[in-house]
Amino acid sequence: MLDFLTDWLKHAALETQEYVRLIAAAFRGVVSPPIYRHDIVEQFDALGVGSLTVVLLTGLFTGAALASQSGLTLDQFGARPVVGRLVSASMIKELGPVLTALMLTGRIGAGIAAEIGSMVVTDQINALRALGTDPIRKLVVPRMLAGLLMAPILTIISDFVGIFGGWVVARFQLQVSSELYWSSVTDALYTQDLYQGLIKPFVFGFVIVTIACHVGLRTKGGTQGVGKATTVAVVAGSVAVIAADFFVTQILVRVLY
Amino acid sequence: MTSAERTRQDQEDQHVHQILSEPGAPVVVFDKVSLAFDEKVVLRDLSFTVIKGHTKIILGASGSGKSTTLKIITGLLRADKGVVWVNGKRVDQLSELQMMAVRADLGMIFQEGALFDSLTVRENVGYKYYEETDMPLEQVDKRVEEVLGFIGLGEHIDKMPSELSGGQRRRVAIARAMAFKPGILLYDEATTGLDPITATTVDDEIIKLRDLEGVSSIVVTHQLRDAFYVATHMAVRDESGKVNVVPATPEKSEEAEFIMLKDGQICFEGSAEELRRSTDPYLQTFLS
Repeated sequence: MLDFLTDWLKHAALETQEYVRLIAAAFRGVVSPPIYRHDIVEQFDALGVGSLTVVLLTGLFTGAALASQSGLTLDQFGARPVVGRLVSASMIKELGPVLTALMLTGRIGAGIAAEIGSMVVTDQINALRALGTDPIRKLVVPRMLAGLLMAPILTIISDFVGIFGGWVVARFQLQVSSELYWSSVTDALYTQDLYQGLIKPFVFGFVIVTIACHVGLRTKGGTQGVGKATTVAVVAGSVAVIAADFFVTQILVRVLY
Repeated sequence: MTSAERTRQDQEDQHVHQILSEPGAPVVVFDKVSLAFDEKVVLRDLSFTVIKGHTKIILGASGSGKSTTLKIITGLLRADKGVVWVNGKRVDQLSELQMMAVRADLGMIFQEGALFDSLTVRENVGYKYYEETDMPLEQVDKRVEEVLGFIGLGEHIDKMPSELSGGQRRRVAIARAMAFKPGILLYDEATTGLDPITATTVDDEIIKLRDLEGVSSIVVTHQLRDAFYVATHMAVRDESGKVNVVPATPEKSEEAEFIMLKDGQICFEGSAEELRRSTDPYLQTFLS
């Protein structure tokens, strides 16, 4: 039992050390040449534009379901007209960032781990190094930048679509007038809420992509290893997003409010 | 670095360059190199030298440390002990960034080719020029076409690696490694898994590069047929300019040296003829 615990702790320490080293190397890659601009643009497209459909659908249905559920609860207090307030606050502060991040973990986290993992097991990463290319600059930096910048943009889109979904339900199911819905949407929002909704996705985008890159680069054991890496990237990424959400919320609540 | 240090470094580099330009210069030197992964010792005090323009053929069973040796030369792995020199530079203590300069004169062909599967043959072969240099695209394309022409795959230039046969993929890997004209080529099981006829075409490329381009080669294999073929053949150009691979002269054969690795140590070092005549029981088992 003790041996198992010791091995587990050693393994955890090693993974943490390698993860921190990867992040440090990636940040060095951001501020010093060579910068692979073509790969950066490619990743912005793959991560951003490529994830648009899934984010739009998630946001729309989440906002709609939220309005529907909130309507039932608010009816108990005769507060149905403020449904917009609840939808916008929930979407912008919490559901928009977290659900977008979870969708991105499933889509891009898995994709990155599988792609880089396959490159590791087929010696393509070694081939890159032998040809004079630093794999961190070529593969990790463009993905990290894309994750950092596209996650907030996608979250904003998801928030808007979610609020729109809420309006559809509020207007046609709950019979709340459009003017009332849209005025309550803006009434409930404070600048701090907007900051919260914008800062969180930066952290989530960074966490999702760096974990996926780290897991991909540490893939071992052929195609089975690639499958395992993909699963680990999604599971670890999802847990990390939810954990990061808790800690970032605590910090932002103290700092902003 | 101060200007005095820089001047001294320049003088040293010049001196090294002068030594390396002479025939018989050592381009790769292993001096008592050891490496272990946890409890498993992979290399034990391994020492050997590769002479400019010559071929070193490293034989051995699976897990004997052959591929590890190549990875240490390219800096993909770092030795625990010992000294490694490549082109007059001590590489065993260099950082990844410093190693990039050394790799500029090293080309490596990986076991399964390790072609970038999302890039075309053209992009694979010209990778280093496209990504790591500012060379104009027309010049890069010209060089890529020239190299693919040399290995006889010019018509496959726009194909993806998945559309090629195993032998073609290995030859594209050779083309990618030779495209930037390195002085040393490292072949890691370049013919493993290929049928004898296709393997011979890959062997011919190794021979042509060595004899026509003056490349120093380290060939790692456990395919004895290919090892002896590379050691005992040479490439010559006839009057019409056509390249032929013919049996090597005795002097040329002497330029190919065999090393047999067993448990990370050298158990034989010598020429093809000496290997054939060896009465060592392990070598006999390997040769039979």
